[in-house]
Amino acid sequence: MSERVPLVDYLVLDDPPHLVAKQCTQCGARYFDRRNACASCFAEEFDSVPIDNDGVLRSFTIVAHAGPGIEVPFVAGVVDCGGTSVRGNVINVEPDAEHVSLGMPVRLATYSLGVDDNGTEAIGFGYEPVDGEPTEPGRA
Amino acid sequence: MSASEDIWILGIHMTKFGKHPDLDTVDLGAEAIRGALADGGVTMADMGVVAAGNLMGGGGIGQQLQKQVGQTGVPVYNVSNACATGATALRTAIMAVKAGECDMGLAVGVEKLAGAGLLGGGGKPRADGKVYEPSGRFGAVAPTDGRIGTNTMPGVFAQVGMEYGHRYGGTSFELFARISEKNHAHSTLNPLAAYSKAMSLEQIMNDVMIAYPNTRPMCSANCDGAAAAVVTNGATLKTLSLEQQRRAIKVSASVLTSDPWQEACQVLPDVNTLTRNAATQAYEQAGVGPEDLDLVELHDCFATAELVHYDNLGLCEEGGAVDFFGSGAPWRDGSKPVNVSGGLQSKGHPISATGIANIWEVCQHLRDECGDRQIPDAKVGLAHVIGLGSACGVHILERAAA
Ligand SMILES: [Zn+2]
Repeated sequence: MSERVPLVDYLVLDDPPHLVAKQCTQCGARYFDRRNACASCFAEEFDSVPIDNDGVLRSFTIVAHAGPGIEVPFVAGVVDCGGTSVRGNVINVEPDAEHVSLGMPVRLATYSLGVDDNGTEAIGFGYEPVDGEPTEPGRA
Repeated sequence: MSASEDIWILGIHMTKFGKHPDLDTVDLGAEAIRGALADGGVTMADMGVVAAGNLMGGGGIGQQLQKQVGQTGVPVYNVSNACATGATALRTAIMAVKAGECDMGLAVGVEKLAGAGLLGGGGKPRADGKVYEPSGRFGAVAPTDGRIGTNTMPGVFAQVGMEYGHRYGGTSFELFARISEKNHAHSTLNPLAAYSKAMSLEQIMNDVMIAYPNTRPMCSANCDGAAAAVVTNGATLKTLSLEQQRRAIKVSASVLTSDPWQEACQVLPDVNTLTRNAATQAYEQAGVGPEDLDLVELHDCFATAELVHYDNLGLCEEGGAVDFFGSGAPWRDGSKPVNVSGGLQSKGHPISATGIANIWEVCQHLRDECGDRQIPDAKVGLAHVIGLGSACGVHILERAAA
């Protein structure tokens, strides 16, 4: 079986796949990028913490016009995963306002981006709808 | 602050926004500068500092402009702060005058943007590697725009408005479109607007979808344009003619903020906190409150953005932006007119010019020189601009005491 690599280094391809954040040891602020220091408290040490795979769609847009080579339409959003905000697309859903709604429960899902010349497969992630009651506005 | 420390706008000018195929960036900037100097009754010899902004050109716009309108050897600050670049230039000139380094300063912002297309998205075509190798701060093996959210401005600001809806409820595609309908209606009275046609709700909602819920007319219009302002202090103003003193507009507050860290601010830009901070500081500096404002020009880069800034600028109670709009308040005949210029959606958004052009609009009303779209007896106004990244400028302006 060919090797698999994550689209980004904060996607961990365990079973189940999940995201990890860098958490400031001093103030608890969480980040997904390579850090020089904490933007909140300026400390320099971080722990790696797993992020919940289940979340609530806190905001979204359905992008119909994007940069060259980007397939449209797609749903871009922000998911509240147990108090940590995560940027990601909503996938495995019709990209329209009838099928995507604010407060919708979602769960992390992965998909293949393709295979490179060495036979390595890249794995991306998004959030797919799961059954459940949406969070009411005003109670977010 | 004593009267001599007060800051005043002595002269200000904006070019027509729109397509200017026969004018280059320097032509447009020079037109704005010469207009502002003439408006203030002064010349380049009076300027002790020049602050200039331009994002799409080759750099050094301040010196390029000096070479056309007057090389006096004074310091030039070329500034760059995304869509807040114009406000940053103005703020820079104000700081120099306030610091006592000079008695008068010039700020200018100019952009050639007609036909620029979608901003912020993708950039270069996706070139998925022959070999997946991690690079950048996320260790990405392929481009992430479009795969992990969107970088396009219409998409980012769509999420800003939708998030407000999630928090407080009451938003809909139609609501956002109605905000755009208001601004397009306002633009019909503005001869300097890039687009000055009224659009019906149906036209707006049925137009090309860019990033739900923003259709094309709900997005700021890329166009060419420039604006410039001359600022001075109260002591210098007193030495000038009575006519200059009468037309001068008091800068009661001049504030620039950046975004303080908040949970999620590095996931979706938080345009709220820095605007709230800027507004709070500005109201305190000016000694006025939102209830005192006769008109507001706020940064409606997208219809979804205008809604959240009603709240961020304190024009309504927290969470009350939908009701505020529904009450008719922000229409030009309402209790709190917002974007009577037509806003960025119809007046246009030549990025670096925007943060001075919105101040020009307010000044014209305060001078009672705004023609058909004059807000009667306007005494106090607020101009707000935001550059993603982020930077927020808020200026509160007041008519000279009679
Ligand atoms: Zn920290």
